Amino acid sequence: MNNHKTINITLKVWRQQSPEDRGRFEIIPVEGVDTHSSFLEMLDFLNEKLILQDKEPIEFDNDCREGICGTCGMMVDGIPHGHGKGMTICQLHMREFNDGATVVVEPFRARAYKVIQDLIVDRSPLEKIIQAGGYISVNTGGAPDANAIPVGQEKVEEAMDAAACIGCGACVASCPNASAMLFVSAKVSQLALLPQGRPEANIRVLAMLKEMDACGFGNCTNHRVCEAACPKEVSISHIARFNREFLKAGLFGRSTMDK
Amino acid sequence: MNWYMFLLGSSVGKKMLMALTGLCLIGFLAVHLLGSTMAFVGAEAFNGYAKKLHSLEPYFTVFNIGLLTIGLVHIAVGILLFFENLKARPDRYLVYRNPGGMTIGSKTVPYSGILILFFVILHLLKFTFADKSVTPIYQQMATTFANPAWVLIYVVAMVVVAVHISHGFWSMFQTFGINHPRYMPVIMKLGLVVTLLIGFGFGILPIYLLIIS
Repeated sequence: MNNHKTINITLKVWRQQSPEDRGRFEIIPVEGVDTHSSFLEMLDFLNEKLILQDKEPIEFDNDCREGICGTCGMMVDGIPHGHGKGMTICQLHMREFNDGATVVVEPFRARAYKVIQDLIVDRSPLEKIIQAGGYISVNTGGAPDANAIPVGQEKVEEAMDAAACIGCGACVASCPNASAMLFVSAKVSQLALLPQGRPEANIRVLAMLKEMDACGFGNCTNHRVCEAACPKEVSISHIARFNREFLKAGLFGRSTMDK
Repeated sequence: MNWYMFLLGSSVGKKMLMALTGLCLIGFLAVHLLGSTMAFVGAEAFNGYAKKLHSLEPYFTVFNIGLLTIGLVHIAVGILLFFENLKARPDRYLVYRNPGGMTIGSKTVPYSGILILFFVILHLLKFTFADKSVTPIYQQMATTFANPAWVLIYVVAMVVVAVHISHGFWSMFQTFGINHPRYMPVIMKLGLVVTLLIGFGFGILPIYLLIIS
């Protein structure tokens, strides 16, 4: 950890003052970047310099900086969260970049995502989809007994894999169709796999699908890019489960709409 | 709200329509391929097969109308998806890279689809709607494929069809929810086999006719 090295890079970064602003790319050289710093720390380092120069710092979303909160996210050289496999942009380190490299940084783009400022996008449509059905209804009161409802271990594992989704929205950003299917299917799958999620399974899948379409996301056409871009490596097998849940609910499920 | 419209009009519903019609079209191609191999047997076998098919009325007409409907649904929904997906990202990226997953097949699926549509129209005009009262179909085919230009068009078209199916085949299973670590690798390999079978199966015939001409 002692071999501290510094590199010089050039950022080609998206600058946009407000949602109404048209926005443009700005080329900013960044000198003396510590290779042990993360990508976000590099942006902090640059922002401190910009502030000292009386310039506007680059706005970007971030919170935990350890890859579990899902707040950060930006396109780095055309890939959400950069080229690191199974990691968020806060976990990507500058040693992964070559000295003298030009790095293109853009916000996540989709019709459903509005750019608020620079690299910050409004990902609230994902929350709206959760509100439409990504929950289970339980009575309040004392905590239920642990293990009162038996769940198979393999189901637990698979539900946990789906629950690994941190809702960062990289799947949408990477999808050529800006589809949110990986995110939505992870949420549907997680609950569909567990007995606690079954009572509302039919209503959930259709309600979340309806909301997803209404938010203006694209249609999934099985490119599988989302799976490769996902920092939590959520599998498209969850999309297949979503499709099964859709068939179950659509073809065999009864609802209040049926007489 | 109309229940059917919601189910079929939703993003997943449209995908199911594509998969279902795609499955029918692959099924048709398999039957068509079997029929076309008659040409390797000889002129009589092929002409006899064509005659037999046309004599199967009214099933032949019903089948054709069904096939046309399925084809039209596949095309219409495909075009709708293409434009909806284009609209889903109005501001494009300056730099976009494939982190993995995307294939030539998946990337070009709408474009290969349109090319196939043009080819199908050409193919129907050339053979299906051709006047066969004077020259039987095999002889017309032999004359056509004695011309290397026609052979090239057909071979290129078959490559496009193969590329289209290379995405469509496994994609269809995924859409129906048939994805499991046990058999997804098998489906992927089967997709490759089907792709090659259809590409080569149809592609070899014009080349064969050119060689024997």
